[in-house]
Amino acid sequence: MTRMAAQPLETDDALTLARAGREEGAIATLRRGLRLVPELRRGLGVTLLFGLIATAGRVVVPLAVQQTLDRGLLSAEGPDLGLLSWIVGGCTVAVLATAVAAYLLNYRLFKTTETALAALRIRAFRRVHDLSMLHQQAQRRGSLVSRVTSDVDQMSVFMQWGGILIVISAGQLLLATVVMAVFSWQLTLLVWVCFLPLALILPVLQRRLARAYGTVRERVGDLLGAVSESVVGAQTVRAYAVEDRTAERIDGAIDRHYRSAVHAQKTTVLVFTSGELIAALANAAVVVVGVLLGVGGGLTAGELVAFLFLVTLFVAPVQVASEALSEAQNALASFRRVLDVVDAAPDVADPVDGRELPPGPLGVRFDAVTFRYPNANRAALVDVDLELRPRSRVAVVGETGSGKTTFAKLLTRLMDPTSGRVLVGGVPLTEVTFGSLRRRVVMVPQDGFLFDESVADNVRYGRPGATDEEVTAAFGALGLGDWLAGLPEGVGTAVGQRGEALSVGERQLIAVARAYIADPDVLVLDEATSAVDPATEVRLTRALDSLTRGRTTLVIAHRLSTAEAADEILVVDAGRVVQRGPHAELVTQEGPYARLHASWIAQRRA
Amino acid sequence: MARGLRVLGHGIAEQWRMFTFAVVGSALFGAMTVASAFVMGRVTVDTIIPAFERGETTTGALAGAAALILGVALLKVIGIIGRRVAAGIVQYRLQASYRRRVVRQYLRLPLSWHQRHPTGTLLSNANADVEATWYVMAPLPFACGTLIMLAISGVALILTDPVLAAVGFVVFPVIFAVNVAYSRRMSPRMTRAQQLRAEVSEIAHESFDGALVVKTLGREEDETARFAARSRELRDAMVRVGQLRGLFDPIMEALPTIGTLAVLLVGGIRLRSGDTSVGDLVSVAYLFSVLAMPVRAIGWVLGDLPRVVVGWDRVQNVLRATGGQEYGATTLTGTGPATLGVAGAGFAYAPPVDSADPPVPVLADVTFDVPAGRTVALVGPTGSGKSTLVSLLVRLVDPDTGAVLLENTDLRGLARGTLAGQAALVSQATFLFDDTVRGNVTLGSDLDDERVWEALRLAQADGFVDALPDGLDTRVGERGTTLSGGQRQRLALARALARRPRLLVLDDATSSVDPSVEAAILGGLRSADLGATVVVVAYRQATIGLADEVVWIEHGRVLARGTHTELVASTPGYAALVNAYDDEADRRKDLVEQDVTR
Repeated sequence: MTRMAAQPLETDDALTLARAGREEGAIATLRRGLRLVPELRRGLGVTLLFGLIATAGRVVVPLAVQQTLDRGLLSAEGPDLGLLSWIVGGCTVAVLATAVAAYLLNYRLFKTTETALAALRIRAFRRVHDLSMLHQQAQRRGSLVSRVTSDVDQMSVFMQWGGILIVISAGQLLLATVVMAVFSWQLTLLVWVCFLPLALILPVLQRRLARAYGTVRERVGDLLGAVSESVVGAQTVRAYAVEDRTAERIDGAIDRHYRSAVHAQKTTVLVFTSGELIAALANAAVVVVGVLLGVGGGLTAGELVAFLFLVTLFVAPVQVASEALSEAQNALASFRRVLDVVDAAPDVADPVDGRELPPGPLGVRFDAVTFRYPNANRAALVDVDLELRPRSRVAVVGETGSGKTTFAKLLTRLMDPTSGRVLVGGVPLTEVTFGSLRRRVVMVPQDGFLFDESVADNVRYGRPGATDEEVTAAFGALGLGDWLAGLPEGVGTAVGQRGEALSVGERQLIAVARAYIADPDVLVLDEATSAVDPATEVRLTRALDSLTRGRTTLVIAHRLSTAEAADEILVVDAGRVVQRGPHAELVTQEGPYARLHASWIAQRRA
Repeated sequence: MARGLRVLGHGIAEQWRMFTFAVVGSALFGAMTVASAFVMGRVTVDTIIPAFERGETTTGALAGAAALILGVALLKVIGIIGRRVAAGIVQYRLQASYRRRVVRQYLRLPLSWHQRHPTGTLLSNANADVEATWYVMAPLPFACGTLIMLAISGVALILTDPVLAAVGFVVFPVIFAVNVAYSRRMSPRMTRAQQLRAEVSEIAHESFDGALVVKTLGREEDETARFAARSRELRDAMVRVGQLRGLFDPIMEALPTIGTLAVLLVGGIRLRSGDTSVGDLVSVAYLFSVLAMPVRAIGWVLGDLPRVVVGWDRVQNVLRATGGQEYGATTLTGTGPATLGVAGAGFAYAPPVDSADPPVPVLADVTFDVPAGRTVALVGPTGSGKSTLVSLLVRLVDPDTGAVLLENTDLRGLARGTLAGQAALVSQATFLFDDTVRGNVTLGSDLDDERVWEALRLAQADGFVDALPDGLDTRVGERGTTLSGGQRQRLALARALARRPRLLVLDDATSSVDPSVEAAILGGLRSADLGATVVVVAYRQATIGLADEVVWIEHGRVLARGTHTELVASTPGYAALVNAYDDEADRRKDLVEQDVTR
């Protein structure tokens, strides 16, 4: 299992591969759940004790009432008021005790499960950040989000509405059986035999239910995707006046969801009614066989009537449980999905007993590095050897899809090479603790993602605890003081969701400041200023240039302005380094760089 | 509670046929529940007792008893199917119908409304909140059936024994009172939990969207702490919800039993004094136990009302939102390039709905015009308001002051759909639909493949589209995730070009495209006879080179306009921006030469 999970997880289904592709039964899921969420066990003994009392009360109280009717009121000698008040008093106490026990059971169970679910949710959230799928495959993010949100919510709702019913029903079933057996073991056997077919077809029905609800969940996903087009694509929809067409497309998803939900509902009813019919069958069978037994002298009329009453105590929990089972299916499926996340081994893991990077400036070495994305036909990088001297500034250039970004991801260990090694400061990255690596090697990605906070808070992601003055100073040092001063509230300006209150270029400026304030020894810029205006870009590059003299810098750029200033340029084509050397040298050679540069100049000059 | 019932009233009114069907099913179920008990009594008296007394029985008597039991059960099952399937249909139809309405609103409301509402909230309005509103329609027919049963039993009780009936009239109101108290207390707890659930979801969305930043800066633990804090708040809120519910359920279960016990005690006394008969007492006690369970269905409905009201209010917030863009009646019939005018336009971004911040002014008194067929470049530093200006040009938002004119008509005076037929925008952030390549280019308009390919060629996208497994019929995935950023941008460009607009607006539309491809695109646009007036947001000289004239924007104001050469001479800021790369190259060359000479 660990072997399977250790492979790169590249699709949503890859997470279920942790279960080695087999369907997991309910018991196996619960066992896995108890192993991964030990909080579930806390105080279980006492909770079960209250459960026992509450369950016993549910069987005993109606029995006592029945007995009262028979003995206290309907006895031949007329009602015995003394006995009656005594029994009624006793029963009232029992009812209240049952209620108190049920309350304590509910409360403890809610508390335990909510605590456990919160712990599970947090653990799953933490683990998702370890999965490279998160940044490799943006399209899978929604599914990962749902695993720490709606899936956990689903379980919580189930525990509050259905979970207790199942627990209590199971106990009630057991207790009713015991009491029935006291009256007549033959009839008890008969009742169980009647329910046997239900027990046999229930797994089949459950699978159908599981499939039906699986489809519903899928359709909910499609529905959310479709609805999000009307929100995320609001601008495009309006610019092209395709409101009606978009509405039609979303209607389609809504209709498909509706149909699957109704289908699932029908399947649920099928399960529920089969329980009802079998209950009637059991009643009829008990009457027929009971009479035959009684005629043979093995049973009195009173016993048979009492037994029939007991059958109703037996049937009720079967029906409740069979109904709650459909919700249980849902909750179990959710539980599996969350457990799969927690269970998945991170494909790039923080090494146990890892080393710190050596102090001082750091060099970088790629040692016969090949990288192939999962399911890709060809490798993104092929057998790359290269050496970045400490404090050097190296630019990687090449067409889109040539493998430039792969350099950045390998150097920051967002992924591990398929073969070969990446060394920083002479230490293989796989041996460096994440703590040390993230502190010393920092990347600025092209998408300068911002959190819905102030400018200062976003910059502080680079160095927690930095003061507003330090943040302001950082912008100043980067030559962005004027721009910052132009913001309505300076470093306190709110950037909006995903930074949407700012333009794409402005977001990139903040992202650079965020990396700069982290003060790393190796700085990786992955097209970090692609949307910034040229004057600002040049100013920023120049500032970074002087400020980064003490660091090793890897710049990935499709605009060659930054490349020109680098100590060395690597030209990448189809995953191979095809040219390397300083700008002055490469530009005079016949080759890909000269061609790239010519089109860059043409574009610059018009 | 009254509000909750009103919401349910809306739902019933909209689906009254199916709802009636469900109530009838529910009534059948209720009747058969009573009948089944009656049948057991009959079987006891007519079959069991005689058999035991006589010590023998007949096959016919046994078969009759069994048939009676099974027959009633069958009718009961029919009742269940009617009730549950119909109730399910009511619930899901209402959900579907309100989802459609919410989405229609999203599509109708102006972009400025969208900008003020977080995406996460809008998505949950259409999903979780709609669901919460109509969730309770499933048990509602059952509860209604129960109400009918209660009424009939009430009459039966009074007819049987008024004193015993009085016990019932104490117990059932108490049950209602407990329910009402429960609803009142539950409502705020439920609201709080729902709110926190949304917040937890928002953090997860944001944190996972920003995964690259979180990871590369090693902030996983801090992010987890942020998520954990809110998750624990949610946990505590849910425990508070559970605590109340955990108290409510046992009380609701105990009350009818206590009622039955009271009936027995009072009944015993009355039996003793000869005021009632054993038979009456047994039937009253029996009615109590039969009603106990269905009465809880009323409890479920009432208990869920707070959730219903919260969901309904959130959905209504969307449905009631007003201020959609108003349209005029003017249609433009001309062909060929259109004239564009911007007259004194000013614009400020409204703050988010839950924020007290003042609006952020972005544009002030912007005035310029573009004669038909001309190309104008909007140039300005990062953050100067260019993208906002562009969104005014195609009326994604309306200016707060001033006006935008197309063919000398205020955009606000154009009929619905007219502008989209005249103008096309390619924005900085491209959006693709989860559709085929063809669908994303045509967006449903009637454009033949030849025209699509022509646009793809001009956008330099024909090559990669041709290489896709199904060509034009390849699906691009949700938001086009199967394509690279540059490919998405080129498809978005083709989308605009394919419509042959009279006004084409390009907002840094080639920023993710490789320089060589960009050069090819720009070359194509320059030589093609677009038949359009073009406004292009640009930084680099190659793009500016497309333009006949340049408008220089700084801090949301037009500070200069003229040809490129004029502006380089007259406007130092402009010159610095467009020549930045060359100046930098020269500076570096000088440095190198100094190094050499030294």
